[in-house]
Amino acid sequence: MLSKRIIPCLDVKDGRTVKGVNFVDLRDAGDPVELAAQYAQQGADELVFLDITATHERRKTMIEMVKSVARQLNIPFTIGGGITEIADAEALLNAGADKISINSAAVRNPKLIEDLAKTFGVQFVVLAVDTKYVNGKNMVHLNGGRLITELETENWIKQAEDLGAGEILLTSMDHDGTKAGFDCGLLSKVNQMINIPIIASGGAGSMAHFTEVFQKANVDAALAASVFHYGEILIPDLKQELKRNHIPVRI
Amino acid sequence: MHNNINDKNSKSPSGDLGVGIVNYGAGNIFSLTAALDRLNVTYGMVNTENDLEKYSHIIIPGVGHAGAAMEKLKGTGLVEAIKKLTKPVLGICVGMQLITEHSEEGDAALLNIVPVKTKKFDKSLHIKIPHMGWNAVNPKNNSLFEGVEDNTQFYFVHSYFIEYNPTFDIASADYGLKFSAAVQKDNFYGVQFHPEKSGKAGELVLKNFSNLSL
Repeated sequence: MLSKRIIPCLDVKDGRTVKGVNFVDLRDAGDPVELAAQYAQQGADELVFLDITATHERRKTMIEMVKSVARQLNIPFTIGGGITEIADAEALLNAGADKISINSAAVRNPKLIEDLAKTFGVQFVVLAVDTKYVNGKNMVHLNGGRLITELETENWIKQAEDLGAGEILLTSMDHDGTKAGFDCGLLSKVNQMINIPIIASGGAGSMAHFTEVFQKANVDAALAASVFHYGEILIPDLKQELKRNHIPVRI
Repeated sequence: MHNNINDKNSKSPSGDLGVGIVNYGAGNIFSLTAALDRLNVTYGMVNTENDLEKYSHIIIPGVGHAGAAMEKLKGTGLVEAIKKLTKPVLGICVGMQLITEHSEEGDAALLNIVPVKTKKFDKSLHIKIPHMGWNAVNPKNNSLFEGVEDNTQFYFVHSYFIEYNPTFDIASADYGLKFSAAVQKDNFYGVQFHPEKSGKAGELVLKNFSNLSL
Protein backbone atom coordinates (compact mmCIF):
# COMPACT_ATOMS: atom_id res chain seq x y z
CA MET A 1 0.00 0.00 0.00
CA LEU A 2 1.18 3.49 -0.84
CA SER A 3 2.38 5.31 2.27
CA LYS A 4 1.14 8.70 3.39
CA ARG A 5 4.06 11.10 3.20
CA ILE A 6 5.42 13.46 5.85
CA ILE A 7 7.17 16.49 4.36
CA PRO A 8 9.17 19.10 6.29
CA CYS A 9 9.33 22.43 4.50
CA LEU A 10 12.48 24.57 4.69
CA ASP A 11 12.66 28.26 3.84
CA VAL A 12 15.87 29.19 2.10
CA LYS A 13 17.39 32.63 1.65
CA ASP A 14 20.65 33.20 -0.23
CA GLY A 15 21.37 29.47 -0.07
CA ARG A 16 20.86 29.30 3.71
CA THR A 17 17.92 27.93 5.65
CA VAL A 18 16.10 30.52 7.72
CA LYS A 19 13.64 30.40 10.62
CA GLY A 20 14.80 29.05 13.89
CA VAL A 21 15.78 25.46 13.71
CA ASN A 22 16.84 23.96 16.97
CA PHE A 23 18.05 20.45 16.45
CA VAL A 24 20.47 20.06 19.29
CA ASP A 25 23.04 18.06 17.40
CA LEU A 26 23.19 20.31 14.37
CA ARG A 27 26.50 22.04 13.89
CA ASP A 28 25.10 24.63 11.52
CA ALA A 29 21.34 25.14 11.58
CA GLY A 30 21.55 27.34 8.50
CA ASP A 31 23.16 24.71 6.32
CA PRO A 32 20.43 23.25 4.10
CA VAL A 33 22.50 20.18 3.32
CA GLU A 34 23.04 19.23 6.93
CA LEU A 35 19.45 19.96 7.84
CA ALA A 36 18.13 17.95 4.90
CA ALA A 37 20.32 14.99 5.80
CA GLN A 38 19.08 15.19 9.38
CA TYR A 39 15.44 15.09 8.28
CA ALA A 40 16.12 12.21 5.89
CA GLN A 41 17.72 10.27 8.72
CA GLN A 42 14.71 10.95 10.96
CA GLY A 43 12.44 9.38 8.36
CA ALA A 44 11.07 12.34 6.41
CA ASP A 45 9.64 10.99 3.16
CA GLU A 46 10.40 14.03 1.09
CA LEU A 47 11.54 17.64 1.53
CA VAL A 48 10.36 20.95 0.15
CA PHE A 49 12.75 23.90 -0.11
CA LEU A 50 11.12 27.27 -0.58
CA ASP A 51 13.44 29.95 -1.93
CA ILE A 52 12.47 33.29 -0.46
CA THR A 53 15.45 35.20 -1.84
CA ALA A 54 14.65 38.16 -4.04
CA THR A 55 17.98 39.11 -5.59
CA HIS A 56 19.42 38.65 -9.04
CA GLU A 57 22.08 36.38 -7.65
CA ARG A 58 19.32 34.08 -6.52
CA ARG A 59 19.35 31.53 -9.28
CA LYS A 60 23.06 30.82 -9.16
CA THR A 61 23.14 30.45 -5.38
CA MET A 62 20.05 28.29 -5.41
CA ILE A 63 21.43 25.98 -8.09
CA GLU A 64 24.59 25.45 -6.05
CA MET A 65 22.48 24.66 -2.99
CA VAL A 66 20.32 22.21 -4.94
CA LYS A 67 23.40 20.40 -6.20
CA SER A 68 24.82 20.14 -2.69
CA VAL A 69 21.53 18.77 -1.39
CA ALA A 70 21.21 16.27 -4.25
CA ARG A 71 24.73 14.99 -3.63
CA GLN A 72 23.90 14.11 -0.04
CA LEU A 73 20.18 13.37 0.06
CA ASN A 74 18.78 9.92 -0.72
CA ILE A 75 15.10 10.93 -0.67
CA PRO A 76 13.19 13.11 -3.13
CA PHE A 77 12.95 16.88 -2.83
CA THR A 78 11.01 19.76 -4.37
CA ILE A 79 12.23 23.30 -5.02
CA GLY A 80 9.83 26.24 -5.06
CA GLY A 81 10.12 30.00 -5.37
CA GLY A 82 10.80 32.29 -8.28
CA ILE A 83 10.34 29.75 -11.09
CA THR A 84 8.79 31.65 -13.98
CA GLU A 85 10.07 29.93 -17.09
CA ILE A 86 11.21 26.61 -18.52
CA ALA A 87 14.89 27.56 -18.19
CA ASP A 88 14.53 28.02 -14.41
CA ALA A 89 12.98 24.59 -14.08
CA GLU A 90 15.52 22.94 -16.34
CA ALA A 91 18.44 24.32 -14.33
CA LEU A 92 16.89 22.93 -11.14
CA LEU A 93 16.20 19.54 -12.74
CA ASN A 94 19.78 19.31 -13.96
CA ALA A 95 20.99 20.17 -10.47
CA GLY A 96 19.13 17.16 -9.08
CA ALA A 97 15.72 18.47 -7.98
CA ASP A 98 12.96 15.88 -8.30
CA LYS A 99 10.10 18.33 -8.58
CA ILE A 100 9.55 22.04 -8.85
CA SER A 101 6.73 23.96 -7.26
CA ILE A 102 5.13 26.95 -8.97
CA ASN A 103 2.62 29.37 -7.54
CA SER A 104 2.19 32.99 -8.65
CA ALA A 105 3.91 32.47 -12.01
CA ALA A 106 1.24 29.88 -12.86
CA VAL A 107 -1.57 32.22 -11.81
CA ARG A 108 -0.16 34.94 -14.07
CA ASN A 109 0.52 32.50 -16.89
CA PRO A 110 -1.42 29.21 -16.62
CA LYS A 111 0.20 27.94 -19.81
CA LEU A 112 3.42 27.60 -17.80
CA ILE A 113 1.91 24.49 -16.17
CA GLU A 114 1.25 22.96 -19.57
CA ASP A 115 4.67 23.88 -20.92
CA LEU A 116 6.47 22.44 -17.89
CA ALA A 117 4.42 19.23 -17.98
CA LYS A 118 5.06 18.72 -21.68
CA THR A 119 8.78 19.40 -21.32
CA PHE A 120 9.55 17.49 -18.12
CA GLY A 121 6.51 15.28 -17.43
CA VAL A 122 3.61 15.87 -15.04
CA GLN A 123 5.49 14.20 -12.18
CA PHE A 124 7.88 17.17 -12.12
CA VAL A 125 5.24 19.88 -11.72
CA VAL A 126 3.78 20.72 -8.30
CA LEU A 127 1.23 23.52 -8.20
CA ALA A 128 1.30 25.39 -4.89
CA VAL A 129 -1.93 27.19 -4.02
CA ASP A 130 -2.40 29.62 -1.11
CA THR A 131 -6.07 29.87 -0.28
CA LYS A 132 -8.16 32.05 2.02
CA TYR A 133 -11.88 32.05 2.76
CA VAL A 134 -13.37 35.40 1.66
CA ASN A 135 -17.10 36.26 1.57
CA GLY A 136 -18.18 32.66 1.49
CA LYS A 137 -15.69 31.56 -1.16
CA ASN A 138 -12.23 29.98 -1.18
CA MET A 139 -10.05 32.42 -3.11
CA VAL A 140 -6.51 31.94 -4.43
CA HIS A 141 -4.06 34.41 -2.89
CA LEU A 142 -0.53 35.44 -3.82
CA ASN A 143 2.38 36.97 -1.91
CA GLY A 144 1.88 34.83 1.16
CA GLY A 145 -1.81 35.63 1.41
CA ARG A 146 -1.52 39.41 1.02
CA LEU A 147 -2.83 39.65 -2.52
CA ILE A 148 -6.21 38.25 -3.48
CA THR A 149 -6.83 37.02 -7.04
CA GLU A 150 -10.05 36.54 -8.96
CA LEU A 151 -9.59 32.78 -8.97
CA GLU A 152 -11.72 30.47 -6.87
CA THR A 153 -9.47 27.83 -5.34
CA GLU A 154 -11.47 24.79 -6.42
CA ASN A 155 -11.74 26.01 -10.05
CA TRP A 156 -8.07 26.90 -10.25
CA ILE A 157 -6.93 23.52 -8.97
CA LYS A 158 -9.20 21.70 -11.41
CA GLN A 159 -7.87 23.83 -14.26
CA ALA A 160 -4.28 23.17 -13.17
CA GLU A 161 -4.89 19.41 -13.15
CA ASP A 162 -6.26 19.62 -16.68
CA LEU A 163 -3.20 21.65 -17.76
CA GLY A 164 -0.81 19.00 -16.44
CA ALA A 165 0.00 19.67 -12.80
CA GLY A 166 1.19 16.40 -11.26
CA GLU A 167 0.56 17.28 -7.63
CA ILE A 168 -1.16 20.01 -5.59
CA LEU A 169 0.34 21.67 -2.51
CA LEU A 170 -2.62 23.39 -0.86
CA THR A 171 -1.90 25.85 1.94
CA SER A 172 -4.77 27.31 3.90
CA MET A 173 -3.77 30.85 4.88
CA ASP A 174 -6.60 30.85 7.42
CA HIS A 175 -5.00 27.91 9.22
CA ASP A 176 -1.32 28.64 8.52
CA GLY A 177 0.51 29.64 11.69
CA THR A 178 -2.48 28.92 13.96
CA LYS A 179 -1.31 25.43 15.01
CA ALA A 180 -5.03 24.64 15.27
CA GLY A 181 -5.07 21.87 12.68
CA PHE A 182 -5.28 21.51 8.90
CA ASP A 183 -8.27 22.75 6.89
CA CYS A 184 -9.76 19.26 6.57
CA GLY A 185 -13.02 20.48 5.05
CA LEU A 186 -11.47 22.21 2.06
CA LEU A 187 -8.74 19.58 1.64
CA SER A 188 -11.34 16.83 1.55
CA LYS A 189 -13.46 18.71 -0.97
CA VAL A 190 -10.53 19.39 -3.28
CA ASN A 191 -9.19 15.86 -2.89
CA GLN A 192 -12.47 14.39 -4.13
CA MET A 193 -12.39 16.63 -7.20
CA ILE A 194 -8.99 15.63 -8.52
CA ASN A 195 -7.06 12.50 -9.45
CA ILE A 196 -3.54 13.71 -8.68
CA PRO A 197 -1.80 13.63 -5.28
CA ILE A 198 -2.50 16.45 -2.83
CA ILE A 199 -0.25 17.74 -0.04
CA ALA A 200 -1.96 19.37 2.95
CA SER A 201 -0.28 22.46 4.38
CA GLY A 202 -1.06 25.05 7.03
CA GLY A 203 -2.14 24.58 10.61
CA ALA A 204 -0.14 21.61 11.93
CA GLY A 205 0.28 21.96 15.68
CA SER A 206 0.12 18.43 17.07
CA MET A 207 0.49 14.82 16.01
CA ALA A 208 -3.29 14.46 16.26
CA HIS A 209 -3.65 17.04 13.48
CA PHE A 210 -1.73 14.80 11.11
CA THR A 211 -3.85 11.80 12.01
CA GLU A 212 -6.95 13.91 11.49
CA VAL A 213 -5.97 15.22 8.05
CA PHE A 214 -5.15 11.74 6.77
CA GLN A 215 -8.33 10.23 8.22
CA LYS A 216 -10.76 13.03 7.37
CA ALA A 217 -9.37 14.38 4.10
CA ASN A 218 -7.45 11.29 2.93
CA VAL A 219 -4.69 13.53 1.55
CA ASP A 220 -1.56 11.92 0.16
CA ALA A 221 0.93 13.92 2.18
CA ALA A 222 1.12 16.49 4.96
CA LEU A 223 3.63 19.31 5.09
CA ALA A 224 4.74 21.39 8.05
CA ALA A 225 7.61 23.67 8.98
CA SER A 226 7.85 25.06 12.50
CA VAL A 227 6.58 22.02 14.43
CA PHE A 228 9.44 20.05 12.91
CA HIS A 229 12.08 22.79 13.00
CA TYR A 230 11.47 23.59 16.65
CA GLY A 231 11.42 19.92 17.56
CA GLU A 232 7.85 20.09 18.82
CA ILE A 233 7.04 17.02 16.77
CA LEU A 234 9.70 14.43 16.06
CA ILE A 235 9.18 12.56 12.83
CA PRO A 236 9.85 9.06 14.25
CA ASP A 237 7.24 9.70 16.99
CA LEU A 238 4.79 11.04 14.44
CA LYS A 239 5.20 8.01 12.20
CA GLN A 240 4.58 5.67 15.14
CA GLU A 241 1.49 7.63 16.12
CA LEU A 242 0.13 7.46 12.55
CA LYS A 243 0.85 3.74 12.42
CA ARG A 244 -1.06 3.21 15.67
CA ASN A 245 -3.97 4.92 13.94
CA HIS A 246 -3.73 2.50 11.01
CA ILE A 247 -2.44 5.10 8.58
CA PRO A 248 0.09 3.56 6.18
CA VAL A 249 3.51 5.14 6.72
CA ARG A 250 7.13 4.32 5.99
CA ILE A 251 8.87 3.53 9.27
CA MET B 1 27.89 19.20 -16.50
CA HIS B 2 29.28 15.67 -16.33
CA ASN B 3 32.51 16.50 -18.05
CA ASN B 4 34.49 15.41 -15.02
CA ILE B 5 33.03 11.93 -15.17
CA ASN B 6 34.28 10.54 -18.47
CA ASP B 7 37.93 10.47 -17.62
CA LYS B 8 37.45 9.81 -13.96
CA ASN B 9 38.95 6.33 -14.08
CA SER B 10 40.35 6.18 -17.53
CA LYS B 11 43.43 4.26 -16.40
CA SER B 12 41.55 1.13 -15.35
CA PRO B 13 41.74 -1.98 -17.55
CA SER B 14 39.12 -2.66 -20.22
CA GLY B 15 35.73 -3.90 -19.03
CA ASP B 16 36.52 -2.99 -15.45
CA LEU B 17 35.54 0.63 -15.20
CA GLY B 18 32.55 0.00 -12.97
CA VAL B 19 29.13 1.12 -14.07
CA GLY B 20 28.50 2.61 -17.49
CA ILE B 21 25.45 4.87 -17.70
CA VAL B 22 23.80 4.96 -21.12
CA ASN B 23 23.77 8.67 -21.97
CA TYR B 24 20.83 9.11 -24.33
CA GLY B 25 19.31 12.31 -22.99
CA ALA B 26 16.20 10.90 -21.33
CA GLY B 27 16.02 12.68 -18.03
CA ASN B 28 18.45 13.88 -15.49
CA ILE B 29 21.05 11.61 -13.96
CA PHE B 30 22.56 13.91 -11.35
CA SER B 31 20.85 12.04 -8.51
CA LEU B 32 21.93 8.67 -9.87
CA THR B 33 25.58 9.64 -10.17
CA ALA B 34 25.39 11.26 -6.73
CA ALA B 35 24.13 7.98 -5.26
CA LEU B 36 26.94 6.04 -6.97
CA ASP B 37 29.43 8.56 -5.58
CA ARG B 38 28.07 8.04 -2.07
CA LEU B 39 28.47 4.28 -2.55
CA ASN B 40 32.02 4.66 -3.91
CA VAL B 41 30.96 2.90 -7.11
CA THR B 42 32.95 4.13 -10.09
CA TYR B 43 31.00 5.04 -13.21
CA GLY B 44 31.18 6.79 -16.53
CA MET B 45 29.03 7.69 -19.49
CA VAL B 46 28.25 5.39 -22.39
CA ASN B 47 27.96 7.31 -25.66
CA THR B 48 29.29 4.80 -28.17
CA GLU B 49 29.42 1.04 -28.76
CA ASN B 50 33.04 1.09 -27.64
CA ASP B 51 32.01 2.64 -24.35
CA LEU B 52 29.72 -0.35 -23.70
CA GLU B 53 32.84 -2.55 -23.66
CA LYS B 54 34.63 -0.39 -21.09
CA TYR B 55 32.31 -1.10 -18.20
CA SER B 56 31.52 -4.27 -16.27
CA HIS B 57 27.93 -3.15 -15.56
CA ILE B 58 25.50 -0.98 -17.54
CA ILE B 59 22.65 1.22 -16.27
CA ILE B 60 19.89 2.51 -18.54
CA PRO B 61 18.30 5.46 -16.71
CA GLY B 62 15.17 7.24 -17.87
CA VAL B 63 12.44 9.65 -16.87
CA GLY B 64 9.50 10.91 -18.87
CA HIS B 65 7.76 9.46 -21.91
CA ALA B 66 8.69 5.86 -22.82
CA GLY B 67 7.96 6.28 -26.53
CA ALA B 68 10.06 9.44 -26.69
CA ALA B 69 12.83 7.79 -24.66
CA MET B 70 12.90 4.87 -27.13
CA GLU B 71 13.29 7.29 -30.03
CA LYS B 72 16.18 8.97 -28.23
CA LEU B 73 17.81 5.61 -27.53
CA LYS B 74 17.49 4.66 -31.20
CA GLY B 75 19.14 7.98 -32.02
CA THR B 76 22.31 6.85 -30.23
CA GLY B 77 22.66 3.83 -32.53
CA LEU B 78 23.20 1.64 -29.47
CA VAL B 79 20.02 -0.46 -29.60
CA GLU B 80 21.42 -3.62 -31.22
CA ALA B 81 24.60 -3.50 -29.12
CA ILE B 82 22.58 -3.19 -25.91
CA LYS B 83 20.41 -6.17 -26.85
CA LYS B 84 23.54 -8.30 -27.35
CA LEU B 85 25.10 -7.43 -23.97
CA THR B 86 25.94 -10.35 -21.71
CA LYS B 87 27.12 -8.27 -18.71
CA PRO B 88 24.66 -7.13 -16.00
CA VAL B 89 22.32 -4.40 -17.24
CA LEU B 90 19.91 -2.44 -15.03
CA GLY B 91 17.06 -0.32 -16.37
CA ILE B 92 15.67 2.24 -13.93
CA CYS B 93 12.09 3.56 -14.18
CA VAL B 94 11.55 4.37 -17.88
CA GLY B 95 14.86 2.59 -18.44
CA MET B 96 13.16 -0.54 -17.09
CA GLN B 97 10.17 0.00 -19.33
CA LEU B 98 12.51 0.24 -22.34
CA ILE B 99 13.65 -3.37 -21.91
CA THR B 100 10.04 -4.58 -22.18
CA GLU B 101 8.24 -5.45 -25.40
CA HIS B 102 5.81 -2.55 -25.74
CA SER B 103 4.44 0.50 -23.93
CA GLU B 104 0.96 1.92 -24.10
CA GLU B 105 2.68 5.28 -23.72
CA GLY B 106 2.95 6.41 -27.32
CA ASP B 107 1.99 2.85 -28.46
CA ALA B 108 5.71 2.24 -28.72
CA ALA B 109 7.60 -0.92 -29.67
CA LEU B 110 10.50 -1.19 -27.21
CA LEU B 111 13.67 -3.28 -26.90
CA ASN B 112 11.72 -6.51 -26.26
CA ILE B 113 14.45 -8.00 -24.13
CA VAL B 114 11.94 -9.02 -21.46
CA PRO B 115 8.71 -10.16 -23.15
CA VAL B 116 6.24 -8.29 -20.94
CA LYS B 117 4.18 -5.17 -21.57
CA THR B 118 4.16 -1.68 -20.08
CA LYS B 119 0.61 -0.50 -19.42
CA LYS B 120 -1.14 2.62 -18.18
CA PHE B 121 -2.57 2.70 -14.67
CA ASP B 122 -6.35 2.70 -14.85
CA LYS B 123 -8.17 5.52 -13.04
CA SER B 124 -11.21 3.30 -12.60
CA LEU B 125 -9.21 1.31 -10.01
CA HIS B 126 -9.70 4.36 -7.74
CA ILE B 127 -6.05 5.26 -7.69
CA LYS B 128 -4.35 8.56 -8.27
CA ILE B 129 -2.06 8.91 -11.24
CA PRO B 130 0.93 9.27 -11.19
CA HIS B 131 1.72 6.60 -8.62
CA MET B 132 3.94 8.87 -6.54
CA GLY B 133 5.56 8.10 -3.22
CA TRP B 134 6.80 5.23 -1.09
CA ASN B 135 5.29 1.81 -1.62
CA ALA B 136 6.03 -1.63 -0.22
CA VAL B 137 7.96 -4.03 -2.41
CA ASN B 138 8.05 -7.81 -2.05
CA PRO B 139 11.26 -9.16 -3.50
CA LYS B 140 11.76 -12.76 -4.46
CA ASN B 141 15.00 -14.48 -3.62
CA ASN B 142 17.26 -12.60 -6.00
CA SER B 143 20.81 -11.25 -5.78
CA LEU B 144 19.60 -7.73 -6.66
CA PHE B 145 17.57 -7.68 -3.44
CA GLU B 146 20.12 -9.39 -1.20
CA GLY B 147 19.60 -8.06 2.32
CA VAL B 148 16.31 -6.30 1.47
CA GLU B 149 13.44 -7.42 3.67
CA ASP B 150 9.89 -8.13 2.56
CA ASN B 151 7.68 -5.05 2.45
CA THR B 152 10.60 -2.64 2.33
CA GLN B 153 9.44 0.65 0.86
CA PHE B 154 10.89 2.25 -2.25
CA TYR B 155 10.17 5.55 -3.95
CA PHE B 156 8.06 5.38 -7.12
CA VAL B 157 7.02 8.05 -9.63
CA HIS B 158 5.27 6.68 -12.71
CA SER B 159 2.01 6.57 -14.61
CA TYR B 160 2.74 3.38 -16.54
CA PHE B 161 3.57 0.00 -15.02
CA ILE B 162 4.98 -3.34 -16.06
CA GLU B 163 2.47 -6.16 -16.00
CA TYR B 164 3.09 -8.86 -13.43
CA ASN B 165 4.50 -11.99 -15.01
CA PRO B 166 5.71 -14.68 -12.60
CA THR B 167 8.42 -15.82 -15.00
CA PHE B 168 10.24 -12.49 -15.04
CA ASP B 169 9.06 -10.81 -11.85
CA ILE B 170 11.69 -10.55 -9.11
CA ALA B 171 9.81 -8.07 -6.90
CA SER B 172 6.16 -7.08 -6.93
CA ALA B 173 4.20 -4.13 -5.59
CA ASP B 174 0.51 -3.21 -5.38
CA TYR B 175 -1.18 -0.09 -6.65
CA GLY B 176 -4.76 -0.80 -7.62
CA LEU B 177 -3.37 -4.05 -8.95
CA LYS B 178 -0.27 -6.18 -8.58
CA PHE B 179 2.56 -5.07 -10.87
CA SER B 180 6.27 -5.75 -11.27
CA ALA B 181 8.49 -3.43 -9.23
CA ALA B 182 11.46 -5.34 -10.64
CA VAL B 183 12.04 -7.86 -13.42
CA GLN B 184 14.90 -10.01 -14.61
CA LYS B 185 15.69 -12.02 -17.69
CA ASP B 186 19.19 -13.48 -17.83
CA ASN B 187 21.64 -10.58 -17.37
CA PHE B 188 18.96 -7.89 -17.82
CA TYR B 189 17.36 -6.33 -14.75
CA GLY B 190 14.85 -3.55 -14.35
CA VAL B 191 13.47 -1.64 -11.39
CA GLN B 192 10.42 0.61 -11.60
CA PHE B 193 11.26 2.54 -8.43
CA HIS B 194 14.10 5.03 -8.11
CA PRO B 195 16.86 3.34 -6.07
CA GLU B 196 18.77 6.65 -5.99
CA LYS B 197 15.82 8.24 -4.14
CA SER B 198 14.78 5.30 -1.98
CA GLY B 199 16.88 5.87 1.12
CA LYS B 200 19.18 3.14 2.42
CA ALA B 201 17.16 0.35 0.77
CA GLY B 202 17.65 1.93 -2.64
CA GLU B 203 21.36 2.34 -2.05
CA LEU B 204 21.56 -1.33 -1.13
CA VAL B 205 19.93 -2.33 -4.43
CA LEU B 206 22.38 -0.16 -6.38
CA LYS B 207 25.28 -1.63 -4.43
CA ASN B 208 23.99 -5.17 -5.04
CA PHE B 209 23.75 -4.44 -8.75
CA SER B 210 27.29 -3.11 -8.89
CA ASN B 211 28.45 -6.32 -7.20
CA LEU B 212 26.55 -8.70 -9.50
CA SER B 213 28.72 -11.18 -11.33
CA LEU B 214 27.32 -13.52 -13.94
